[in-house]
Amino acid sequence: MEKKKILEELKQRFQDKIKETSVQFGDEVLVIDKDSLLDIVNFLKAEPYAYTMLLDLTCVDDLGEEPRFEMAYHLYSLSNKHRLRIKAQLSEKDLSIDSLTSVWKNANWLEREVFDMFGVFFKGHPNLSRIFMYDGFEGYPLRKDYPLRRRQPRIPLRE
Amino acid sequence: MEGSFITTKFNYILGWARKYSLFHYPFVTACCGMEYMSAACAHFDIDRFGAGWTRFSPRQSDMLLVVGTITQKLAPVLRTVYEQMTEPKWVVAFGTCAVSGGIYDNYAVVQGIDQIIPVDIYIPGCPPRPETVLNGLIKLQEKIQKQQQEWRWKRRRY
Repeated sequence: MEKKKILEELKQRFQDKIKETSVQFGDEVLVIDKDSLLDIVNFLKAEPYAYTMLLDLTCVDDLGEEPRFEMAYHLYSLSNKHRLRIKAQLSEKDLSIDSLTSVWKNANWLEREVFDMFGVFFKGHPNLSRIFMYDGFEGYPLRKDYPLRRRQPRIPLRE
Repeated sequence: MEGSFITTKFNYILGWARKYSLFHYPFVTACCGMEYMSAACAHFDIDRFGAGWTRFSPRQSDMLLVVGTITQKLAPVLRTVYEQMTEPKWVVAFGTCAVSGGIYDNYAVVQGIDQIIPVDIYIPGCPPRPETVLNGLIKLQEKIQKQQQEWRWKRRRY
């Protein structure tokens, strides 16, 4: 498959839902409007592109910029042996995006991780709770404004 | 004075017996476990120093080996394991993570297990070589030999 082809077809099909396209290190990158995430992802998962695998899903905190957060989804097509990265920007006031658990089962724990570390809310997630940190932990530790030395012990420490 | 001679000798004998019959409980959480396995198995063999019997129950062990990174989430578990051990008991912090948190100076990791439980011997290294572990074990045995032993019918002065 031609590399230019997929980006152009997506642009034609989704038009202004796709804000920006580029090619980085040989992989295509899409920056999309966050409300159309499910539409685009369902289109990409179907034939002929067949991006059947969600490799990873994570978040980036660009503190001091607007919009502050950026979700990144890495897709892989097993039949076409092709990768694609989708980015969606989130502003701090509206930290929510559609959950991909209806499309890929492994999105469940990945989204819980992003919720735990960055505090992004996923609409339609079946069990959005902390996965790494414990109950009673305050704040989101991978945000850039989480204090470096802040500790929240579960039990009282000895001196 | 004559009575204390017997007590002192008994104290010495008890220390000698205890230092050569350490049952250990490995609380292994991270990569230091590889070095623990190496130290415990035939190549380096801590059985030569009388610490051969690994008990996988804290209730039957004397020496708690805390091998690896202890996170804040795991801290209550480690304290429960320590409290389950019967007296006399000793704790070894095995590796830099257990000693001080090591490279993990962050929100998730306990900065040294001495913030949770009392520690007798610190074995540094990331991970420590088995020779270092054996050296630490010998140091612990010296400590056990020299300390005041507790036993059941000992007269308590308090």
